[in-house]
Amino acid sequence: MLRQLMNAAMLSAAMVVPGGLVATQAFAEVVYNRGNDTDPTTLDHHKTTTVAEGHLMRDLYEGLVVQNNKAEVVPGVAESWEISDDGLVYTFKLRQDAKWSNGDPVKASDFVFTYQRIQNPETAAPYANMQYPILNAEAINKGEKELAELGAKALDDNTLEITLNAPTPYFLELLTHQTGLPLHQASVEEHGTEFTRPGNMVTNGAYMLENFTPNDKITMRKNPHFHDADNVKIDVVNFIPFEDRATCLRRFEAGEVHSCSDLDNQQMDYMKANLGEQLRIAPYLGVYYLPVKVKKEKLADPRVRQAISMAIDREFLADEIWRGTMIPAWSFVPPGIGNYGENATLPYAEDDILDREDAAKALLEEAGVAEGSLSIELRHNTGENHKNTMTALSDMLKNIGINSTIVEMEGTGYFDYMKQDGDFDMTRAGWIGDYSDPQNFLFLFESENLGFNYPRWENADYDALMDKAAGTIDIDARAEILKEAEALLLEEMPIIPILYYSSGSLVSDKLNGWEDNVMNVHGTRWMSIEQ
Amino acid sequence: MFAYVLRRFAGAVPTLFIIVTIAFFMIRLAPGGPFDLERPLDPLIMKNLERAYNFDKPLWQQYLIYLGNLAQGDLGPSFTRRDFSVVDLFRTGLPVSIQLGGIALSIALVVGVFLGALAALRQNTWVDYMVVGTATFGITIPTFVIAPVFSLFFGVMMGWLPAGGWGTWQHMVLPIATLALPQIAIIARLTRGATIEALRSNHVRTARAYGLPSYVVVGVHALRAAILPVVSYLGPTAAALLTGSVVVETIFGIPGIGRYFVQGALGRDYTLVMGTVVVIACFVIVFNLIVDVLYAWLDPRVRYD
Repeated sequence: MLRQLMNAAMLSAAMVVPGGLVATQAFAEVVYNRGNDTDPTTLDHHKTTTVAEGHLMRDLYEGLVVQNNKAEVVPGVAESWEISDDGLVYTFKLRQDAKWSNGDPVKASDFVFTYQRIQNPETAAPYANMQYPILNAEAINKGEKELAELGAKALDDNTLEITLNAPTPYFLELLTHQTGLPLHQASVEEHGTEFTRPGNMVTNGAYMLENFTPNDKITMRKNPHFHDADNVKIDVVNFIPFEDRATCLRRFEAGEVHSCSDLDNQQMDYMKANLGEQLRIAPYLGVYYLPVKVKKEKLADPRVRQAISMAIDREFLADEIWRGTMIPAWSFVPPGIGNYGENATLPYAEDDILDREDAAKALLEEAGVAEGSLSIELRHNTGENHKNTMTALSDMLKNIGINSTIVEMEGTGYFDYMKQDGDFDMTRAGWIGDYSDPQNFLFLFESENLGFNYPRWENADYDALMDKAAGTIDIDARAEILKEAEALLLEEMPIIPILYYSSGSLVSDKLNGWEDNVMNVHGTRWMSIEQ
Repeated sequence: MFAYVLRRFAGAVPTLFIIVTIAFFMIRLAPGGPFDLERPLDPLIMKNLERAYNFDKPLWQQYLIYLGNLAQGDLGPSFTRRDFSVVDLFRTGLPVSIQLGGIALSIALVVGVFLGALAALRQNTWVDYMVVGTATFGITIPTFVIAPVFSLFFGVMMGWLPAGGWGTWQHMVLPIATLALPQIAIIARLTRGATIEALRSNHVRTARAYGLPSYVVVGVHALRAAILPVVSYLGPTAAALLTGSVVVETIFGIPGIGRYFVQGALGRDYTLVMGTVVVIACFVIVFNLIVDVLYAWLDPRVRYD
């Protein structure tokens, strides 16, 4: 009690005596205090699902291929690879100097062990399906085949051969996902479920786990055995979970954290006014769009759908309704995606809204729709921003003589309603890509994709292009075909893309090497801090 | 007295059992489960997961398994923090919460009682008005307002103290102040009221009549009686403060156990919720017992034997 009282006295003194009380840590080493969305469910990457966990895994492990700070796929543990002519067999040559944090060499057998483990039903990996393109993976995960039948073989310590079920041009992209990272076989087998504990955990990335205090921080230290350790500038990374984004903002402003992984949208105006270049809003791999039920007679003419698209003031929606957390969209596939190059975009992207409205009216007239004769229902799921978006849309449609009513639905039932071919005119939907490849967006509107083709649009040419792309192994040739498909989609307009999702971050101007990218991946190994 | 304490401890076991049983089935009534994510899992993978955590067994079997483990001090694995068992989480978090809550409570007790007694002795003077006014203010401003304002003012604007985080004594100042202020206010008001009453009581008048010095009359006889309502208030308050505060821990980023209840409930982390229930229940039982014992010691009229 006495000690507590003395503590208390000391603390109360500290409360009233200002000055010189700032907690500065005088470390000679470079420490990066990095805000993260939340703590991970686990550090066993086979059991992870979230983006926040992905950030941790990217620093702890190095896959066969990795994403650089621009989210481009570059060699990781594999220094080179060959793809067979039929696109089915990938032969990876592993670098000789790839080492685990305990000094062991990274072997091809580690990858085989890991890829078998994630498909093992006993592992119960929630994202095992990400790696289903590997031969027999799905059957093994269902318990129908043996682990050894997986299409991943170690030809020798430094050669890994992966066989696929079918050509998968985005397979390298998939390998950058946390489900493609390796595990250190010996330590996983030795420690079982406790292999992720500090002291037990062996990793091959630029960093290794030093400490994990829930709700406080995860501390990682530079891995001295990492093959590119000479170029790793930051010695220690503290991943700090911030469930309350406003807390991260305050600590960012106090100089206690160098970056925040998300923004408190309520303080957007304040941040824009005060943080300058430190506020980063970048296009993210997701799109907010309006499915239009093309089967309905009044909406069957693509010109009508195109006119509606023209009349939508996307800048207003992005800046006013979404307070700058969304970005105007002029294509369905978000720009900056991998394996694609320059996007197909709507031809009127650059036009002024007044000119667009005139053009829309002309187009409606051409389609035989008299002003005021068309009336449509706008349907959305519960959500303040969705509601405001629809209200604004309704006003915009009125400008070109289209009347509209707004209907709101509860969340779960809403998506089911669209899936089940519900009787709607126009709705809202969003899609976030699983991997950086246009196929992951464009496949939504293939005729037989009844789960996601909400407009129930059927177009044989589109399907043929998607099929052709699936069978094309050359990435550039495939990109051209997919672009053709997207151009067709934008011309026919069964869905109207209006906004891209964005990632919002706070990045200190002392932190160098953080490049905004569409995957929102930022490996610490590419960064440095000015002291 | 000793027999009384023993009896109370024995009585706590069935109480705990009932609490655990009700909590176990109540959390299961909540829709969804620990593996329901924003994007639903493949049904096959869901089955694998449920098998791995015994969720495929009937509920009564899961309940018996849980009770069996609980009897051995095993609170089970956490579902939302799978690298830790629930016991692990409390082992790291509880000392932090106890440290914060304990210091805040001590400060609140000393400062609150002092201010309350002062106000009572100077009743209807400016001192009294100041204390009562400040206390009313302190009670009405919620911690979720005080905490960010403190963090913003002392951490961001003035730069005197860290805006958040945990590690050094500087990190403790703002959260402790946030926790202590409303308690100071409440304790000061309680003490004031009880002291005013005690000063008018027969035994204090008798003490004065004996010609005892004023500090003995007030310090020993009046305060001893006046402290009783504070003591009974302290029981549940201590249990609440020592088991952490969701608001303070979230806003200052403190790794205590206060957040686990909410995080566990939102993530349908059944075992974590159950663990929190057990820990909080134990604290409440123990502190209520302490209060009862203290009562008997402070007030000669109370006897339990």
